This record gives sequence, structure tokens and C-alpha cells, in this order.
Amino acid sequence: MRKKIIEFRNVSFRYGDEGPWVLKNCSFEIYDNEWVAIIGHNGSGKSTIAKLLNGLLFPQEGEIIINGEVVNEESIWNIRKDVGMVFQNPDNQFVGATVQDDVAFGMENRGVPREEMQKRIVETLAAVGMQDYRLTEPHRLSGGQKQRVAIASVLAIAPKVLILDEATAMLDPSGRQEIMQTVASIQGREELSLITITHDLQEVAQADRVIVMNSGEIWKEQVPREIFSQKESLREIGLDVPFVAILADELKRAGVAISIEPLNHEELLEDLWTLHSRT
Amino acid sequence: MDITFENVTYIYQQNTPFAHKAINDLSFQIKSGSFVAIIGHTGSGKSTLIQHLNGLAIPTEGKVSIGGYHLTKEEKPKDMKELRSKVGVVFQYPEHQLFEETVAKDIAFGPQNFGVSEAEIKTRIKEITPAVGLDETLLERSPFDLSGGQMRRVAIAGVLAVKPDVLVLDEPTAGLDPRGQKEIMDMFYKLHQEQELTTILVTHSMEDALKYADHVLILNKGTKYMEGSPEEVFSQKEALQRVQLDVPEMVQFLNEFQEKFGTAITFKKQSIKELAEAIQQQIKGAEST
Repeated sequence: MRKKIIEFRNVSFRYGDEGPWVLKNCSFEIYDNEWVAIIGHNGSGKSTIAKLLNGLLFPQEGEIIINGEVVNEESIWNIRKDVGMVFQNPDNQFVGATVQDDVAFGMENRGVPREEMQKRIVETLAAVGMQDYRLTEPHRLSGGQKQRVAIASVLAIAPKVLILDEATAMLDPSGRQEIMQTVASIQGREELSLITITHDLQEVAQADRVIVMNSGEIWKEQVPREIFSQKESLREIGLDVPFVAILADELKRAGVAISIEPLNHEELLEDLWTLHSRT
Repeated sequence: MDITFENVTYIYQQNTPFAHKAINDLSFQIKSGSFVAIIGHTGSGKSTLIQHLNGLAIPTEGKVSIGGYHLTKEEKPKDMKELRSKVGVVFQYPEHQLFEETVAKDIAFGPQNFGVSEAEIKTRIKEITPAVGLDETLLERSPFDLSGGQMRRVAIAGVLAVKPDVLVLDEPTAGLDPRGQKEIMDMFYKLHQEQELTTILVTHSMEDALKYADHVLILNKGTKYMEGSPEEVFSQKEALQRVQLDVPEMVQFLNEFQEKFGTAITFKKQSIKELAEAIQQQIKGAEST
């Protein structure tokens, strides 16, 4: 049976006692080794979920359970060892004087032996394509490079859950792709649940499951293919529909008998090829 | 204002062990009134280039001309402030620069520093507020009570209130959701046309470059790698991939289509609807043979 890593039970949250509810009665579960994408417009509550997951915020109502433990002010120190988090702005998460110091920082706090640290520094920096920058000072890196180091730093502590909170938003397209491939390969290799909070539709398409947030509530919880078939409602809640889904629709409108809801180019081309060779 | 870079080189921390050449022998021209997209891998020199446009950086070698203002190692414009009132720069995450008590005061800060009269500033705020999609009732609120998208609009209004001729946008949609991104880009495009601005957009989004720009400049390692209309530049997939850049998704799809079907559909900035019709023709074409 799949193991539950994260559980939200009727969680509600607001800033202050008078503020509007940012999250309203949210319940969901995330299993080990699963990739879940959380999407939603700005202010939909998705980043609040991330902050609740590692105790930067605590809910006013409901319960959050991570790896069997209820998140509260006592348990959070233990839980943070299992939850690695990378935020959008890398300038706010750099602590080391050099790139390798930064990657080492999290490991030092967890008492990882020196030899193991050296090995992991090399591995994780190579995984994010920053192996040539071990001794570089952070302020000499570009934004994208800093973010890759931030991801390496988190991967180095081998968490059970890796949360990327719009962590690729500031990278260029190939940098973004590189990071997603890196993360996917690490997730495939190790027991790692992955939560990507994103606007990037390619990242959503790669996920096992998608949670769509709208105005603080869970709007949909489905596999990507089901989500992408609901083009009109996605647009209504301020989200974008992928190119391939729009093209499939236009093809149908032009009289081409597309038989699937394609998630990527290959699937659509394959379907077109079948139609083509049938004639 | 026409903008010209002539053999510009810029070295950070020159004559120190940390010397780093961010721009290397870069030459290009931007015609007044055009909408130019500047694209490049992280570290390609985009941000350094931008800093030359309003004199935050002075070329180590070569010459930058913005209209009648010239920047060289030897010669700086006497009135740098005047140049800066002509070139408005919207930096990345401009909402981080908000600081005033009210939205109106924050928008007024720029023009005040350039000596614009209070009466004129009031008129400008009246004009700009709706143009950036802000409600007038927000003017007396603290900018820090607003949503991220609204804060960004306030910061942009502050740049526009100076009435620049050249508008430089450094990844203006980063961090916004898809709807916010489209709204902000459509807003800039409208301003570009209505106020006949020269607009320079630094972006990672090939889709935005394709949609809004009439000229594209690709940077690599601090120098010009490619230049041309979006159709010309984005048709060259291999050349772009050599510098770790992608092509717009439609071009990518057309390439894959050609590989699979052996017949090409030419990329000419067509709509997705037009593309669907072209594919339908190709499949039907096979039917009749």
C-alpha cells in the first residue's frame, strides 16, 4: 500500500484574526514517491500551502500530518528535516560565502560527516549543472545560477518531500527544463515526494496529479489530462491552457478526428499519424 | 529616440583579479518607435546591457548613443538626470522598490525628483492610474496593502509618470500568474503604440517576444548572436539551441511535424487556428493521393 507522506485535514488559514480566509477547509493527501503539482492564480492560496507544510505558518483550523506526525510548534523541528523547500527568489535563501559552503550549510546543521558532505556537494552541484562554480561567491552568480545552487543545497540533505514554490519562475527555458529533468531523475532514483507549485504548464503535465486552487479552495484534484480538457473553466479561474490542448481543439474544429486529449506534442503527432496512415 | 551600441565592451571590476567581461564588442541599433525583445541565457549580458541605457553603467570600451546622448569612457552626458528622465527602466520585481505611505505619493516620487510641478504630477497620475489598470480608489491606500499584481502596477505607474520616451522592461511579468502576465504585456503594448514609445523588453519568454516584438536581439556571452524579425530568428531552431535557448512552442511543434510527416509547414506567425487548418490540408492532401 502507498504510504501517506502528507495529509491536510480540513485546514483553514488566515493572516491575523480579522483577515480574510486565505485557505478554506482544504483536505488532500500526498503519497510517497508521488509528484503533485499545485496550480492556481496569484492569491489562490497555493503558496500558503507550501508555508504550512514546513511550519512557517500554522493553521487556525484543521490538522496537517507529515510522515505520521501532526505539525505543531514542537514537532516542526523534526519535520523540517524531511521537508526541503526552494522558494522563488534565490537571494533570500543564500547563506554561504561560496557555492560549496552554501550547499554544505544544510548538511552541517544535520551533522552529515565531512566525507559524505564532500561527495554530496559534488553530486548535487553536478545535478544542477553548477559543478564549475564550487568556489564562486554567490553575489557573482546570476539569478538562475543562484536558484540552481539553492536546489542543490536542498537536495544535499536528502529530504522525503521536496517542495518547489515557483522555484523555476526566474530561470530561462532551458534552465527550467534542466532543473525539472534533474528533479525528476532524483525523484525516480530516491524515495522522494515532489510538490511543484507552479504556473509552468509543462511542469504540470509531468506531474502524477494536479491540485488546482481557486480563491483558497481546492477547485479540482485530477490527473493532468483531465485538468487540461477543461479549457474554458481553467481560463475562467485565470489559468492558461497549453498550446497542445488548444491545437487539438482547433484541429477538431477544422474537421480532424482527434481521438485523445493530448498532454504533449508526441501524443498529438502520434494521433495525427494514425489518422494520416489510415487514409 | 534611436539607440546605438558601437563596439561596446563592459568589464566589471576592471584591473582587479575579479575582472569579468560582461559585454564584449557588442554593436546593434534600435530604431525609434520599435519594440525590441532582448533574449539570452542567464549570464549572457542582458542586465548589463540595460544598465547602459540610462547611464547606470558606462562602457569600458566603445560608445552607446541614446538619441543625442552619448556615453563613452571619456565622455558622459552633462545632464545624466535628463537622460534618465527620457529612459524609464522597469527593473525585475519593481514592487520591491515601493516605499511611500500612499500609492499616489509613490507614483509621484519619480516626477518630483525630475522637477515636475505638483499640478502636472496630479494630471499625470489621473492619466496613468487607469492606463496601468489601477482603480482610483487605491490612490490613498498604502501600497503595501495591495496584492502583488497591484503593487507591480503601482511601481510601473511610477516609471511611466516620468513620461519617458524609451521604456526598458526587465522581465516585467516574472512571478505573475498567466492572466496577470497577459494583462501586463497587453498594457505595455498598448502604451507602446499610443505613446509612440521605443520599448525594449528583456524576456525569457519566446512566446512574448513573438507576440509583441517587431525585432529580436539574441545575446550570448556578452555579444550579439542573432538579430532579425521574430519569424527569421525563431525559425532557426538549431542555432538557438546551441546557446541553450528554445524556440516558441509552435516552431517546436512544426519541426516535430516535419520530422514525422516528412512535409513542412512554414512558420509565419500564424494563429493556432491557421496552423490547425494547414495540418488538416496536409492530412487531406495525403487522402487524395
